[in-house]
Amino acid sequence: MYNEKVMDHFQNPRNVGEMDNPCGVGEVGNMKCGDIMKIFIKVENNIIQDIKFLTFGCGAAIASSSALTEMVKGKTIEEALKITNKDVADELGGLPEAKMHCSNLAADALHKAIEDYKSKS
Amino acid sequence: MKRIYMDHGATTPLREEVLDAMLPYLKEKYGNPSSLHSFGREARKALDEAREKVAAGLGVAPEEIVFTSGGTEANNLAIMGVVRGIAPIKNHIITSAVEHHAVLDTVKFLGQMGYEITILPVDEYGMVSPRQVEEAITDRTILVSIMTANNEIGTIMPFEEIGAVCREKGVYYHTDAVQAIGHIDFNLREQPVDLLSLSAHKFYGPKGVGALYVRKKTKLKQVFFGGGQERKLRPGTENLPGIVGLGRAMELAVADMPEKREKLIRLRDRLVEGLLQIEDVRLNGHPLQRLPGNVNVSVLYVEGESLLLGLDLKGIALSSGSACTSGSLDPSHVLMAIGLDHQTAQGSLRFTLGKDNTDEEIDYTVEAVRKTVDYLRAMSPVYRK
Repeated sequence: MYNEKVMDHFQNPRNVGEMDNPCGVGEVGNMKCGDIMKIFIKVENNIIQDIKFLTFGCGAAIASSSALTEMVKGKTIEEALKITNKDVADELGGLPEAKMHCSNLAADALHKAIEDYKSKS
Repeated sequence: MKRIYMDHGATTPLREEVLDAMLPYLKEKYGNPSSLHSFGREARKALDEAREKVAAGLGVAPEEIVFTSGGTEANNLAIMGVVRGIAPIKNHIITSAVEHHAVLDTVKFLGQMGYEITILPVDEYGMVSPRQVEEAITDRTILVSIMTANNEIGTIMPFEEIGAVCREKGVYYHTDAVQAIGHIDFNLREQPVDLLSLSAHKFYGPKGVGALYVRKKTKLKQVFFGGGQERKLRPGTENLPGIVGLGRAMELAVADMPEKREKLIRLRDRLVEGLLQIEDVRLNGHPLQRLPGNVNVSVLYVEGESLLLGLDLKGIALSSGSACTSGSLDPSHVLMAIGLDHQTAQGSLRFTLGKDNTDEEIDYTVEAVRKTVDYLRAMSPVYRK
C-alpha cells in the first residue's frame, strides 16, 4: 500500500518530539477523522532553524509529518509558506489516493505554526 | 523474519486434507453435476456427498442446504429471498447495528426500496437481547436477522433465545454464522433457526464458496435467475471443487471443535492478559460470551493503522477497526455501536487466533505490541505523560 520512502519515514521519523519554547505551534486534524498533527517551529532571522512534530494518525500521517520537517528546515518563512500538502506527497513519491485528503495535512499544520509565530512577533 | 498470522477472522489457510479432497475435482473429475453421462454422475455424487457433510455438521437434512459463492451471497439470498417469498403481504425487517455489511447494507437497501426496517442498537458488549427483538416485532415483520457471533469483537449473541422469540411470533429468523462455524455447536433441528449463512474459508476451507441453510417450508425465492441448480434457489453451474472443499472442511471443523476450542480459549486468555498489562489498553466485546479465538482491544493515544503497520514490520498480521483501515472516513460501525468514542475506536486492534498459533507466538506478540505502542505514543500529541 505504501512505497518504500513512506515506510522509511514511518519507521525512522525525522524531527519527532516536542520542542521547548517554540516560536510557533500549529495543530490540525481531529479525532473524528483519526489524524492529529502538531508542528513546532523555531525561527531566527526569518529562517526556520528547527522544526519538530507530534502526530497521532496512520502511516501516511506520520510519514508526511516527517517528510515535511525535512523539507522545511533551513527555509525562510516565505519559502515555507509556499509548501503545499501536495508537495509533501510528491516528496514522498506519492500517497494512496484515499490518504491524500485525510492524512496529508502536514503543510496545513506548518502554515498554522507560522501564523502563530507571526501573531506573536 | 518469522511471520505470525493472527487474522483468522479475515480468512484461514486451507487445510491439507481439504486440498487433497478438492484436487481430483480440479483435475480429472471435471464433469458438470447437471450432465447425465459418467463424468456428470461422478460430479453429482461428489456434490451430494458434500451436501450431506455440510448438513450433518449443522444437524439438518441435505435438501436444506443451498451452496453459494460465500457468506455475502448467503446473507443476500437469505434476506432478499425471504422478502421476495413473503412481501408484499408483510414489509418489515429487523436486524442489529453490529451485523456484517453483507447483512446491514442489504437491509438498508430494502429500507431505501420502501420496506420498513429496524436496526436494533446493542449494549456495551455488542449484544442484542431477545427482549429487544420481541418488542421490535410487529404483525408486518417478515424476518429477523441477527448474527450468531460478531466478526469484529467476537461477542456471541443469545441466538437461540432470539430464535425462540421469532418462532413464537411466527417470524423467520436468519443468523449470519460465518464467524461461528467450528466454534459454536449447531444442531439446527433443535435450535429455532430458519436460515443460517456460512463461508468455507473461515474454517480452513477454500475461498469463494459458502452455504445457506434453509429450513424446510421456508418461503424463500431465488434472487437471480438461470438454470435449475440448487433447487432453482441458486442457479449457475456449481463450484464443485469449492463445494467438495467446503464439505471436507465442515467435517473437520466439527470433529476438531472441542479440542480446538479449548486451545483457542487458552491462547486467547493469555493474549488478553498480556495486552491488558500494557497501560491504557481496554478489551472490547464481552469478556466471557465471545468467540474462542477473538481478542479486540483499544489502545488509547495511538491510531490503529499505524499500529498495524508497526506490527506488520515485526511479522505479525492482524486487523484494526480504525477509519483508515475500514475503507471509509469513520471507524468501525461495530465499535461505534458499542459506544466507543472516536479515539478509542481509532486505536482498536483485532487478533483472531487459529488452530496453529502457539504460546510462544502469543508472548512474542504481546512484547511486539508493547514496543510498537511505546514507539507510537512517544510521537502522539494526545499522549503526554
